[in-house]
Amino acid sequence: MVAQNITFGVLALVMAVSAIRVVTTKNVVHAALYLVLVLAGVAGIFVLLAAEFLAIVQILVYIGAIVVLFLFGIMLTRAKIGKLSDLDNDQRWIGAIVALFLFGVLGAILNTGFKDIKLDVTNVGRTADVGTSIFQQYVIPFEVVSILLLAALVGAVVIARKD
Amino acid sequence: MQFLLLAAFLFCVGVYGVLARKNAVLVLMSIELILNSVNINLVALGVYRGVEAAIIGQVFALFVIAVAAAEVGIGLAIVLLIYRNRASIDLSEVDLMKG
Repeated sequence: MVAQNITFGVLALVMAVSAIRVVTTKNVVHAALYLVLVLAGVAGIFVLLAAEFLAIVQILVYIGAIVVLFLFGIMLTRAKIGKLSDLDNDQRWIGAIVALFLFGVLGAILNTGFKDIKLDVTNVGRTADVGTSIFQQYVIPFEVVSILLLAALVGAVVIARKD
Repeated sequence: MQFLLLAAFLFCVGVYGVLARKNAVLVLMSIELILNSVNINLVALGVYRGVEAAIIGQVFALFVIAVAAAEVGIGLAIVLLIYRNRASIDLSEVDLMKG
């Protein structure tokens, strides 16, 4: 239990610092690379919560595919590599106040609702149970998601093609 | 508790990014932060509710990941189209509808 707490602390620290860097850094490419750190941290959190299949999917889909897509987007929109001064708009302070207020409210609610909750990660299901659940109980949402992905694929091609 | 607090923190950082960033690609990255915080919440609350709920939480997190992948694909296609038409992805200049 102590090792888990230490691991969680390290992961949470790295993720918090990287997440703040994603939204404050002046360099677009650095933002994408800090996003990789946050996503890898989320994968580590999934391992801590005994969701190892989800951790692998997180690494494959997010770090393998989505971050590469972001880097392509940065490249194709010809963002300048290096420091840029005009990445933030003039709502920055209002945004910071809103985010801090939201975090205060959420923290207070979590503190009243889940103060003494200890998660028991010793007795959890296996990956086989996840597969059974997807293909029995949730097979219709699964098919709907595949239709959604197909529609997104066709839509992206139609929107982005030159004619 | 600490998992939920971390997820809440990631969510708030993502909200700040969506509100404060001007570059459309960076706004999409902040949306990814928000979606990831939701995934942590789903898995953690599933573990809190017991073995069966943990499995269901993981299944829902998988669906969220799939929808996020579709969303990023469409979003970047739209960003590319805006860039091609206006030679800029500055969101404060995309004000044709005067919202």
